[in-house]
Amino acid sequence: MREKREYILLTFQTTSEAMAMERYCGKREIPGRLIPVPGEVSAGCGLAWRIPAEEFPVYETAIRDSGILPENRVRLRL
Amino acid sequence: MIYLDNAATSFYRPPGVERAVVEALRTLGNSGRGAHEPTLGASRLIYGAREQLARLFHAPDASRIAFTCNATEALNTALLGLFSPGDHIITTVSEHNSVLRPLYEMEGRGIAVTHLAVDEAGRLLYDKLEESRTEHTRAVVVTHASNLTGNVTDLGRVSEFAGKYGLLLIVDAAQTAGVLPIDVEKYNIDVLCFTGHKGLMGPQGTGGLYVRPGLSVRPLKTGGSGSHSYDRHHPSVMPEALEAGTLNGHGIAGLSAALSFIEEAGVTELHEKALGLARRFAEGAGNIRGVRLYGDYAAAERAAIVTLNIGGEDSAAVCDWLWEHYGICVRGGAHCAPLLHRALKTGTQGAVRFSFSCYNTKEEVEVALRAVRKLSE
Repeated sequence: MREKREYILLTFQTTSEAMAMERYCGKREIPGRLIPVPGEVSAGCGLAWRIPAEEFPVYETAIRDSGILPENRVRLRL
Repeated sequence: MIYLDNAATSFYRPPGVERAVVEALRTLGNSGRGAHEPTLGASRLIYGAREQLARLFHAPDASRIAFTCNATEALNTALLGLFSPGDHIITTVSEHNSVLRPLYEMEGRGIAVTHLAVDEAGRLLYDKLEESRTEHTRAVVVTHASNLTGNVTDLGRVSEFAGKYGLLLIVDAAQTAGVLPIDVEKYNIDVLCFTGHKGLMGPQGTGGLYVRPGLSVRPLKTGGSGSHSYDRHHPSVMPEALEAGTLNGHGIAGLSAALSFIEEAGVTELHEKALGLARRFAEGAGNIRGVRLYGDYAAAERAAIVTLNIGGEDSAAVCDWLWEHYGICVRGGAHCAPLLHRALKTGTQGAVRFSFSCYNTKEEVEVALRAVRKLSE
């Protein structure tokens, strides 16, 4: 059984917003990557930015400053 | 072969375009359909192209650019998606059938349309805008440049009129995207429709529209969006709101490469070269006996289009002769601009359109002039 870890998932209404977040985080070296939205999360565009939960507080302000408004923010063990 | 039919479609393209399409065919998945690397590659590429187009048109946000398969689809989306019975629209006789035909259809459904007239050089009679307006007028739909005469619309003037009465401004940039600087914010353009394969020099099957933030357009098509799959309704958020089904990722890859080339070379610089060749040709052709030019050649701003007739010769016959004897590719006939042909009294004869790009040369212009001279003898 694989070891699960806690993550924060940010979901988006559109693929464009997900792409914009990926571009934004990549430029600022904010950790994480795009993943398909798990079924248990109310899905937006089908993509979510996944960031380890313990690292999220460090980057929360930077992510908010992107101006990209996530559709939803959830904490999950994946 | 001498290709002077760039107003129909570009033929010589930046070298990166072909490479980008081939690379896309080899590597891209379906944009917005999952998160494995090929699909993310497609999503990244398409998002990058939206950003490039937003920069080109001075759009405030890349998400306001939706892709379509051509300018016609973009115009149909805008026209059929914004108006209701009882509305009145002002357009012009300079429009292409991609504007005229949807509007004719809409007239059958209770939408009134007024066509602004032109003078003998095909210049729009802007003074008649005021008298064209009614209490039900909701929009002005105008081409940025005539595909027949190359005359450029004074967007500042039309924008001022639209702004004065709170009308929507919808611009057909089929002949000007990538050719003339376009600033949607400066001119308060509500919807800008463009194609990817003419001045933008990308592959056919690409195009799109910019929609001003806050403006909602009913979609022309609904269906697969890759998102909100259990919702009965198509997503209403741009750009997915106006994009149903798989996008032309391979074509958009080529378009993105063309946009990179244009960004580096400069829209104005590329156009100056093409327009210089067009002016050289117009000057030479205008001095040939029996040749009649159509359009306003004194205007400072023009598309690189020169349209003419030689005596009473049928335009299609002239085109065929130019191809057969000189390998010159030009377009005759009606150019899908029936109202402007009628206004210029070329409805039967049509006209021969020479359209230039940055890839044409002075030598090609000289050959074309020699051919027209020969045919005029």
